[in-house]
Amino acid sequence: MWQNLPLFPDSASTLAGKVDGLYFYLIGVSVFFTLLIAGLLVVFSLRYRRKSDDDRPEPIEGSIVLELTWTIIPLLLSLVMFGWGAWLFFQEHQAPGGAMDVYVTGKQWMWKIQHPTGQREINELHVPVGRPVRLTMTSEDVIHSFFIPAFRMKKDVVPGRYTEAWFEATEEGTYHLFCAEYCGTKHSQMIGSVTVMSPSAYEAWLDGEPVASDPIAAGAALWEGLRCGTCHTADESRGPSLAGRYGTEVQLDGGKQVLFDEEYIRESILRPRAKISLGYRPLMPTYESQLTGDDLAHLVQYVRSLSEDKTP
Amino acid sequence: MSTKNYLNADYGFRSWLTTLDHKRIALLYLLSITFFFFIGGAFAVAIRLELMTPQGDLVQSETYNKLFTMHGLMMIFFFLVPSIPAVLGNFLLPLMLGAKDLAFPRLNLLSWYVYTIGGLFTLWAVVFGGVDTGWTFYTPYSSTYANTNVIAAALGIFITGFSSILTGLNFIVTIHKMRAPGLTWFRLPLFVWAHYATSLIMVLGTPVLAITILLVAVERLFRVGIFDPALGGDPLLFQHLFWFYSHPAVYIMILPGMGVISELIACFSRKRVFGYGFVAYSSLAIAVLGFFVWGHHMFVSSQSMYAGLVFSILSFLVAIPSAVKIFNWTATLYKGSISFQTPMLYALGFIGLFTIGGLTGLFLATLAVDVHVHDTYFVVAHFHYVMVGGMLMAYLGGLHFWWPKMTGRMYPEGLAKFAAVVIFLGFNLTFFPQFLLGYLGMPRRYHVYPEEFQVLNVMSSAGASILGLGYLIPMSYFAWSLRWGKRAEKNPWGAKGLEWEVPSPPTTFNFDTTPTVTEEAYDYGPKPEPGEVAHV
Repeated sequence: MWQNLPLFPDSASTLAGKVDGLYFYLIGVSVFFTLLIAGLLVVFSLRYRRKSDDDRPEPIEGSIVLELTWTIIPLLLSLVMFGWGAWLFFQEHQAPGGAMDVYVTGKQWMWKIQHPTGQREINELHVPVGRPVRLTMTSEDVIHSFFIPAFRMKKDVVPGRYTEAWFEATEEGTYHLFCAEYCGTKHSQMIGSVTVMSPSAYEAWLDGEPVASDPIAAGAALWEGLRCGTCHTADESRGPSLAGRYGTEVQLDGGKQVLFDEEYIRESILRPRAKISLGYRPLMPTYESQLTGDDLAHLVQYVRSLSEDKTP
Repeated sequence: MSTKNYLNADYGFRSWLTTLDHKRIALLYLLSITFFFFIGGAFAVAIRLELMTPQGDLVQSETYNKLFTMHGLMMIFFFLVPSIPAVLGNFLLPLMLGAKDLAFPRLNLLSWYVYTIGGLFTLWAVVFGGVDTGWTFYTPYSSTYANTNVIAAALGIFITGFSSILTGLNFIVTIHKMRAPGLTWFRLPLFVWAHYATSLIMVLGTPVLAITILLVAVERLFRVGIFDPALGGDPLLFQHLFWFYSHPAVYIMILPGMGVISELIACFSRKRVFGYGFVAYSSLAIAVLGFFVWGHHMFVSSQSMYAGLVFSILSFLVAIPSAVKIFNWTATLYKGSISFQTPMLYALGFIGLFTIGGLTGLFLATLAVDVHVHDTYFVVAHFHYVMVGGMLMAYLGGLHFWWPKMTGRMYPEGLAKFAAVVIFLGFNLTFFPQFLLGYLGMPRRYHVYPEEFQVLNVMSSAGASILGLGYLIPMSYFAWSLRWGKRAEKNPWGAKGLEWEVPSPPTTFNFDTTPTVTEEAYDYGPKPEPGEVAHV
């Protein structure tokens, strides 16, 4: 067992190296201050150890200059940490255009994954190297957290809402997938693996997997079946047209704006009155009881695809 | 013993259980807190034994989850939060202030009863079924999905919260109203400043915890949608409410420890604490800023990105006052006259370990790094460096320092030094490997883990066994000293402060006549010889 002692994780995404860079800066600052304090403790302890019980050292009141020094220098060093961390955090929140969309559902105690082309996996995720992958995630029960250490990526998976994360793998290989938010008895068994493959191997893998259903086609069928098109028409008389809306800001009744994204589509289907588009009356009924989690994901992807048709 | 003191003023169970003497109540707390500490410790032993192997082979997952939950609940709510304030604070505040007792002695006794009832209630929940939500009670797991004794455990925490509030109120009023003549705010020992800041957090923060726990219970019992989205609630609301208390609560746990360290460093280097005013105000700064950083527990929770930015920068700001304290304590040693009795060993250990604990806190405040290490063993290592390396070292240091005052007996110095070194080494071996595990990606609260993490886990378990034995040594010799320890003088350390001007142990009402204070705290400097002209 002694030969098996890793001290540093694999770095296999575009962000991993950047996070590690910041981590090393933090380690540098920490080691410096730890050695400084420990060194001073040792030096003072040796130099000023009590020589006689009658020692009465002269008191020293303090020093404004020193107080300012050890307030301002740590403050500046930590502002660098803040800025650097925030800059990377921004990048973690901005999935690049053209990312491959993967839907993730967490439930006690497994990960269910669906590829844009319809293939499904459980506790495994196959992705091509060098292509950004955007995850849209939700949970069927309690809070989980999707964690791939090799990608330095983690995001909570929350019931009742969609959360988003993205990564771009840079090294082929197989990596751990963990649930990082405690979710009950088998929390530590809610694990899986991420396999990063060459694009051609990924295509071959896709071809070998059965296609459960084309999510967009399934969404289109739901759209027909639920008669969404009766109100969401091109002339926008009863409800807004949804074509070309994805990724734009929606003006809401009451003056606020909201981004037309997966979470907004999902919320509008389940709780139509939560955010009413400006100029429309709250006519739409809720579809909460009529849709399963999969149906909802399909319908969301279909609504999203209405925008892709316009701007291919 | 011929002279009357608070210990022999009265005898029998009844006299102890109805006592209004702050010193006796402190000893009641000492007993109950030690009891809960060893229960919490027993859970830790079981956890470390299980993690020796990657397979979950010692206990079932369900049991393991209960173990870490109960370890957290016991250690946080029944040991760390009350430890220094309720034992040392209770004993020392009136003595340091030159008062006969706390402002509200009956309230003080009530707070001990409330604490003990809450603790026994939670213990009852453990014995009959246990609870498996983690000490954080995250919803909707705790409010809907968990099948364990959530309500009973939560009720125990709810009850105990009131004891914190009562203690906090009592301290605030006492510090404001009962200082001896001449004892101005800036002559107060820094121990008192730290307890004042702590009390503010106790009074302002604890009610929010009580409300939060109540809401979880309401959702669980009556299916009212508050946190569970299936019922129309919002799971993140819980996290906001919970951390609004529980982040300031970590300052409830560490601030009193910082107060102890100021006393120890000053006494054993015979120096006034360097930058007294800065150290005093930094306690208040921590108490105030600590209320505005709760969102740093939620960087990956789906909280808005902009909220993450705000909480990140505020978290860096709250780190600065702690750094200021570390630098001032270190500077206090400069040109001092340093001796190395046991309390000082703990104080030096505290400075080293708290430095590491504090610096690794910066990793967690840094957004992109926290995304990776959040909910991993890195976090576990960080807070154990602060809470065990920091707070527990301060508590032990303080206990050794004031043990002669509390009991009138000396502990065996050589054995105590040995124990301090064992605890320091055992502690580092236990928790340092966990930083590495965390960055490698091992999530916390994992019963079963991938094989490549085993070596570091075995190191950690080995350290824990040393640490566990280390704690038994002081426990034993403290008990031994009560009967066989050398009798303590009034002031065995040559320390400054009003508590050292009364006999060891003190009499029931502390001071025969109210003292008048004419000098600054920590006035260790050279005294003018009689006849010689004082030079300033």
